[in-house]
Amino acid sequence: MTTRTLSPVTSPPTTPVDVAAPRRRRRTSIGRVLAWTVLSLVTLVTLFPFYWMLRTALSTNAGLVTDPTSLLPVNPTLDGFRRALGMTPREEALAAGGSGATMDFWRYLGNSVVVATMVTVCQVFFSALAAYAFSRMRWPGRQVVFGAFLIGLMIPGIFTLLPNFILLRDLGLLDTLPGIALPTMLMTPFAVFFLRQFFMGIPTEIEEAAMIDGAGRLRTFFRIILPMAAPAVTTLAVLTYITSWNDYLWPLLVSQTDRSRVLTLALGIFRSQTPASAPDWPGLMAATLLAALPMLALFLFFARKIVNSVGFTGIK
Amino acid sequence: MSILTPLRRGAADRSAPRRPRFRGATRDLPLAIAFILPATIGFGVFLVWPTIRGIWLSFTDYSVFQPGKFVGLDNYTTMLADPVFWSSMRTTVYYVVLNIAVQTLVALVLAVLLSRLTASLWVRGIVLTPYLVSNVVTALLWLLLLDYQLGIVNELLEWVGIGRQSFWGNPHLVVPTIAMVNVWRHVGYTSLLIFAGLQTISPQVYEAAKVDGASEWSMFWRITLPLLRPYLAMVLIVTSIGSFQVFDTVSVATQGGPANASNVIQYYIYNVAFSRYDFGYASAMSVALLVVLSVITVAQYRLSRAGHSDTN
Repeated sequence: MTTRTLSPVTSPPTTPVDVAAPRRRRRTSIGRVLAWTVLSLVTLVTLFPFYWMLRTALSTNAGLVTDPTSLLPVNPTLDGFRRALGMTPREEALAAGGSGATMDFWRYLGNSVVVATMVTVCQVFFSALAAYAFSRMRWPGRQVVFGAFLIGLMIPGIFTLLPNFILLRDLGLLDTLPGIALPTMLMTPFAVFFLRQFFMGIPTEIEEAAMIDGAGRLRTFFRIILPMAAPAVTTLAVLTYITSWNDYLWPLLVSQTDRSRVLTLALGIFRSQTPASAPDWPGLMAATLLAALPMLALFLFFARKIVNSVGFTGIK
Repeated sequence: MSILTPLRRGAADRSAPRRPRFRGATRDLPLAIAFILPATIGFGVFLVWPTIRGIWLSFTDYSVFQPGKFVGLDNYTTMLADPVFWSSMRTTVYYVVLNIAVQTLVALVLAVLLSRLTASLWVRGIVLTPYLVSNVVTALLWLLLLDYQLGIVNELLEWVGIGRQSFWGNPHLVVPTIAMVNVWRHVGYTSLLIFAGLQTISPQVYEAAKVDGASEWSMFWRITLPLLRPYLAMVLIVTSIGSFQVFDTVSVATQGGPANASNVIQYYIYNVAFSRYDFGYASAMSVALLVVLSVITVAQYRLSRAGHSDTN
């Protein structure tokens, strides 16, 4: 089942441009106009909320009430960001329509960075080791162990949450950053599977040449295979980082205090502290924007890799 | 593209058994053990063991304060008699049906448009953008957009004469609202999955059909859809499993309300475990969810004959 999903990746992708080009010359049909309209509409619906987030973050609470439809920020100000970052004194924040709730943004940001980095570096490295053993080394029981990993791919993440919570409590790791990172730090079946598939595509001749030259398995792996797999490793790392950064439910179980609170949790709390009757939208949107920004920046930087590898992640 | 290139060279494991350097099946064993050890520990400790333990817990009265003792099927009989469990399940199924139906349809249209109109990285990047931000961010953003008083969507609705809707506060609207908000976040991702499937269909097939005078419309129904079916089945399985686990949006935006209207099963499980501290019962419901997900996977796989497209 799983290998079948990958077949598209193994066959040469055909660029749709080839198909579309001759038709474009032929005619501008109503169908094409309609198709472009739909596509533009989808783009608009996708991007507009992001713009609205920025526009609201730069407005004032009083301004939003009087002019809720203004396309530009109402009474442009950075106060929303100041309140989100806890730079405004409590009384002043309350007067500006803020909730007075503070958000130790830099601390949560730091926590998020630490957790996502720990998870990404360790998971990708250990998964790469395992993937190499599964794809290139010859040892008894290889198929059985790999088969077990594949079955692990089927267990929905949600099922292991409660038992893992108990395990971490017994280990005394609740409310710590390693506690949040640990369950996905050593591997995910997906990461192992993803990298194994890639290693199998590297020609064995290259490895054999290295080994004939006297390089051992270990040296071959670090000096030849890993560098050759750099594109796959980078893609996996970026995807892992984003997944870890955006995770909410698991940190919600593990974190109890600011000590280990990550950004997603902080946002949830920031929201629950704003009064439902008159939320501090500029502050809330400023915080939301700040929390989303690192991932959007990462995406901008790695867009090509991520977009092109999404087809491959379907088995995730 | 760079990632795809090496994968093209056949997936067969060519470890070259006949070459002298690789003699013997156990030659690599010591190093192989060292290589798989960290991952296997992680696999055993944080995946296999919790799975077994989760099933075991469902037969105990484990709580945060006491180690559980075996209670047989008590948790399961409680579950069958618990009206909240059933309403949560119904809510979740309702959510999944709405979410997956709309999402798959829109994603399919979008993927076809992308493959027929433009392969631009920009456009594909844009549709993927919402997937990059967390569910929490998405929920907060749509709380604003759909706000009763200040939300731009309600301003628009009033302007066109439909009138304001309490998207998050109306028990009849709240589940569709959550479903659509999550469509917004996932539809680009889903469409890129389908897009990857479309890339596997050879352009020659379309050219041949065009020579025979087929219209774009009939080509979609006669060529694209049948050839895409195994792909769609896979996408459906993956996305519905994800959809069943909906939690973040509910937790941030509605807390299961109003009046339990959006109390999806995962949110209920969370509450039973961490507000009532009844881990045994929460585990029993988790097992039920696991069973439902397994049945759906098998059923969708079978029904769609996912392994075969219509042409082979």
